[in-house]
Amino acid sequence: MYTQGLDQQSSEDKKKSARDSGSSEDAAALAAFQKRVEAEEKIEAKDWMPDAYRRTLVRQISQHAHSEIIGMQPEGNWLTRAPSLKRKAILLAKVQDEAGHGLYLYSAAETLGVSREQMVADLLSGKAKYSSIFNYPTLTWADIGAIGWLVDGAAIMNQVPLCRCSYGPYARAMVRVCKEESFHQRQGFEIMLELSRGSEQQKAMAQDALDRWWWPSLMMFGPSDTDSRHSAQSMAWKIKRFSNDELRQKFVDVTVPQAQFLGLRVPDDKLRWNDATEHYEFGEIDWQEFHDVLAGNGPCNRERMAKRRRAHDEGAWVREAAEAYALKQAERQAA
Amino acid sequence: MSSKADKQAALLAYVLRLGDNALIIAQRMIERVTNEAELEEELANANFALDYIGQARLFYSYAGKLENKGRSEDDFAFQRDSREYCNFLLLEQPNGHFGDAIVRQVLFESFYVLQLEALTRSSDERLAEIAVRAEKEVRYHLRHAAQWFVRLGDGTEFSHARVAVSLQNYWRFATEFFAADAVDETMRDSFDGPDLKVLEKQWQLDVSELVADASLSLPDTVARVDGGRAGLHSEHFGYLIAEMQHLHRSHPGVTW
Repeated sequence: MYTQGLDQQSSEDKKKSARDSGSSEDAAALAAFQKRVEAEEKIEAKDWMPDAYRRTLVRQISQHAHSEIIGMQPEGNWLTRAPSLKRKAILLAKVQDEAGHGLYLYSAAETLGVSREQMVADLLSGKAKYSSIFNYPTLTWADIGAIGWLVDGAAIMNQVPLCRCSYGPYARAMVRVCKEESFHQRQGFEIMLELSRGSEQQKAMAQDALDRWWWPSLMMFGPSDTDSRHSAQSMAWKIKRFSNDELRQKFVDVTVPQAQFLGLRVPDDKLRWNDATEHYEFGEIDWQEFHDVLAGNGPCNRERMAKRRRAHDEGAWVREAAEAYALKQAERQAA
Repeated sequence: MSSKADKQAALLAYVLRLGDNALIIAQRMIERVTNEAELEEELANANFALDYIGQARLFYSYAGKLENKGRSEDDFAFQRDSREYCNFLLLEQPNGHFGDAIVRQVLFESFYVLQLEALTRSSDERLAEIAVRAEKEVRYHLRHAAQWFVRLGDGTEFSHARVAVSLQNYWRFATEFFAADAVDETMRDSFDGPDLKVLEKQWQLDVSELVADASLSLPDTVARVDGGRAGLHSEHFGYLIAEMQHLHRSHPGVTW
């Protein structure tokens, strides 16, 4: 799964960035850092790095991790009802992978000096964000196919370039994540293929899912380049390699022929192939909806957060017990 | 001595019971997904549930072969009604808190690992093969669950009291594991299957040790529970399979 983190900063971050621009971070160190980045050297955890670089990465990686964790909910919603044992097993393996991605992304972020407890606290307090896509509901089984096909497809577009991110621990985590994501994308497409070649009801289910997931998937690439405030710096740092609009275009170009193969209609009247540019032209995203969902007013924002908080709160006694037991064990060994 | 057909029928019933146990505990475990106290526990729970679904598929596929009527793993999982399911009642009980889940796991898997270990020596080759694989998986689950059982029992006062109640609540369900019927006897006598009397003694020892490690006490057996293997379930079960089967059954004859 994927995060739109790049383009969202907290107000606190903005203040810090403003301070940095006037700070006395050694100009020579900055220049040397930039030179390393441009030479495609990997920056490692113990290397010197600008504070703003560190903060950008912490924000992006932790938002990515949070997206994996919250992303388990819409898919988990169909685990108990999956229509065959094979599909149940595949979906469960996918949801498990997402927990695993969350785990190693949190670990990658921890190399930058922020604790997992702090990141989790930021998610639960609403301070940290996660990808807007997971605030949409999974209403039918076909939504599981659409998520794999479209949402993981969009994630791959975004994440493959992140395997070359200048920050070593993140780049390495992404190599592993991407391998699993491509499996996820394939299983999603396979579900859609079965449905689109199935009964009339199954076909209708597949079309309905595409109708509902298409536009939110395009929103996953974040604001358009003209409105994306932090892209330039991230590009200069080689955290980001392509702009939001470039990646979105690439996604549309790859995905539309797949929809055609499935015999499904992409819900966009303005969609057409342009011979001159050799790209698809497509309609305008509903940016109001995008901003509403990001602001916490999507169909499921409250439910997703409430569920995560409840699980965390209900687990408090378990974490306390584990801590108490570990302490007792340490005391027993010391005695 | 029963006829060959009787023996085969017993083997089929036994394999189906194993499949039902695996599927029903998996279904309760996947209900817990996204509700765990820690990310590491999300991974463990999902991973173990996945093992159980894998086992259910192996048992059901084998049952289909034994029965030889063309039924697939999905036919067994999605097309049978409640009275045809023969899992232990413990496994279908609704999820409570994490301590309940751990106690269920400890009680059942302490039994199941012994059952599988015995089945690795069964004269039925296919069943023995499946048991070899499943035994490794379940031994690992049990180690994980046992560690949590001890942590909760010997953790805080609150966790100790809470897990003691879980143990008290679930204890009676374990009697069902050892209530041998004709199917179990045929398995023992004709397929070198487990002797439940032997398993019960070992289980008592293993569980007593764990309970002591967790600073807990063994509950008194207040009542015996039985019926799962005869398809006599608790009221919860109808809801469990209704949820599990509804999509599959709503679209007869299609593929997914």
